Amino acid sequence: MKKQPPLLVRVVKGFGMFWWDFLVGDTPEIFVAVVVIIGVVALLSESGHDNAAAAILLPVLGVGTLGASLWRAKRAARK
Amino acid sequence: MLGVTVSSGVLVLVGAVFLASAVEMIEALTIVFAVGHTRGWRSAFEGTIVALLALGALVAAFGPALVHVPLDLLRLIVGGVLLIFGLQWLRKAVLRSSGLKAKHDEDEIYREKVAQLSAQPTNAGRDRVSFVMAFKGVFLEGLEVVITVLTLGTSAHRLGLAVIVAAVAVVLVGVVGVVVAKQLSSVPENAMKMAVGVLLVSYGTFWTGEGLKVRWPGGDTMLVALVALYLAITWLYVAWLRSTTPKQQSEVSV
Repeated sequence: MKKQPPLLVRVVKGFGMFWWDFLVGDTPEIFVAVVVIIGVVALLSESGHDNAAAAILLPVLGVGTLGASLWRAKRAARK
Repeated sequence: MLGVTVSSGVLVLVGAVFLASAVEMIEALTIVFAVGHTRGWRSAFEGTIVALLALGALVAAFGPALVHVPLDLLRLIVGGVLLIFGLQWLRKAVLRSSGLKAKHDEDEIYREKVAQLSAQPTNAGRDRVSFVMAFKGVFLEGLEVVITVLTLGTSAHRLGLAVIVAAVAVVLVGVVGVVVAKQLSSVPENAMKMAVGVLLVSYGTFWTGEGLKVRWPGGDTMLVALVALYLAITWLYVAWLRSTTPKQQSEVSV
């Protein structure tokens, strides 16, 4: 009979799996896009004078991410 | 001005927490009903209670701890998580609305669970299968509520309000669910999910900006503008997918 890993290992693995499923799951494009959005907006707001650009770009990129993910799903359904 | 900004933020918070809790509670209730009707109510009830206590303990443990995280960092993390979570919800709701993905059918899920549970042998006394199934159903669906409550509640400094709203939603759906029993499928679940998605993405965008020190035009009232923007965009995306998707097109496996 296969030996089970220790409880702590199983708990840590389960915790990691939960967050992976929760944040990445079957939509890795959304996870990657949000990380990129945060990076771009951080760069713009760090430079100080680009606040307006950051304030506009943040929701625009959010809308674009949703559109790109829907387009990907539509393409997957077509196959 | 302050009154308007505070109430708009609170309104979005209350709406997001209430709807997210209600939707998850409907899904959990379907599993508990299937377990109770098939294998008896005692273990199903015990599994539900233990799961609710575990979820309450999570909020009690992490809620006060999160308050000590620096506000900008907390808002950035919360904003990022809400953006991801909200976009995932919104994507699913749009795909379901446009016919690219099958709608969440509580009757079908109920039938599947009943068939699955009927195939398992029953024990005399405490039923371990019932307990585990009810516990897992309530705990896993409830975890999403806990994350919504903790993230929205702590970043808005209104954790108490978020917990109360979630509790009211859970009790309300529980009572209504017990009264109408098998009619959970008639609840407009996808519309509720779409509304939650819009609210979470709006909050996520707003908090991400706050965490990155973006100065929003109009301050907190920008939250209302973001809700309006994402609502309009969602409507446009649904219309686009409906107009470009042939009726017989296969569903996406998401």
